[in-house]
Amino acid sequence: MLNRDEDILKAAADWQAAGRGVALATVVETWGSAPRPAGSSLVINEDGTFLGSVSGGCVEGAVVTEALDVIASGTPKMLEFGVADETAWNVGLSCGGTIRVYVEKVMS
Amino acid sequence: MKLQTLALLNAERAARRAVVVVTDVASGEQRLVKAAEIASDPLHAALAKQLRMGKSAMIEADGHRLFLNVHAPTARLVIIGAVHISQALAPMARALDYDVTVIDPRTAFASPERFPDVPLIAEWPEVALPPLNVDAYTAFVAVTHDPKIDDPALLHAFERACFYIGALGSRKTHAKRGERLKAMGASDADIARIRAPIGLNIGAVSPSEIAVSIMAEITATLRMPKDLTA
Repeated sequence: MLNRDEDILKAAADWQAAGRGVALATVVETWGSAPRPAGSSLVINEDGTFLGSVSGGCVEGAVVTEALDVIASGTPKMLEFGVADETAWNVGLSCGGTIRVYVEKVMS
Repeated sequence: MKLQTLALLNAERAARRAVVVVTDVASGEQRLVKAAEIASDPLHAALAKQLRMGKSAMIEADGHRLFLNVHAPTARLVIIGAVHISQALAPMARALDYDVTVIDPRTAFASPERFPDVPLIAEWPEVALPPLNVDAYTAFVAVTHDPKIDDPALLHAFERACFYIGALGSRKTHAKRGERLKAMGASDADIARIRAPIGLNIGAVSPSEIAVSIMAEITATLRMPKDLTA
């Protein structure tokens, strides 16, 4: 079975209850042909375990890395990924769209 | 997100109530608005619009960029009739993330052997339906072909404003069904809501193909702009 949004959000609460640092990454804006609509989310815990998706798998790796920073700092971040993005991991969306992903820590 | 916001969000979702989480993406400030509280919210017009469309979106309000994250309840499919089509339809709907319930008072049909892993209620619709809290996030399908079972179930679906209502039967069968439902108190508008013959016309023949056509029609009703599905 795929993880549904409610399973993803429940996992976030469960991980937090188990004492792990948790971040929530949510697609907030999309331009052009984007793989997942606004509202799609990925939850990440401090071990780097994640559930859900914000793209078709193109940028999840980079989002997880940024999320670990957000878990450590507690400060939310806005990430942008486009096809022309030149990041350290050289990630981008092969579909040609651009997405903005808001990453926030779950605060107890 | 505060843990208590997350807990409230999960509780509302579990209770099948829609909520919108409003986030100021510059400050990180966040609040949760329950569907019942939208009317009295300062952002009520924008909140109501996004909820109606079932779409999350970024908006501008008083110079702030706000993300409205719409959390609508998980779509549900209620199938009246544990028939051959339903044996194909139930697992297909589950693969599409629907919560599925099958109802049929005929225990020979409603058996766990025929429906492994699907919640199954071997009761008449009048008994089975009220506790289910059928709602506007529910697709409702009546496929027993037996008026004693389908008709009262359809009346319940009208009352609960299901987003999709479909019933098995030819045009002729459906015309007769319309007359019966009217005699039972249904309005013309109610009857016009029933998709019959059920499913998109893809020339489906086998039970599995009919299930595909029903699931495609439900998906179209859920996702297409309203003026394109009629």
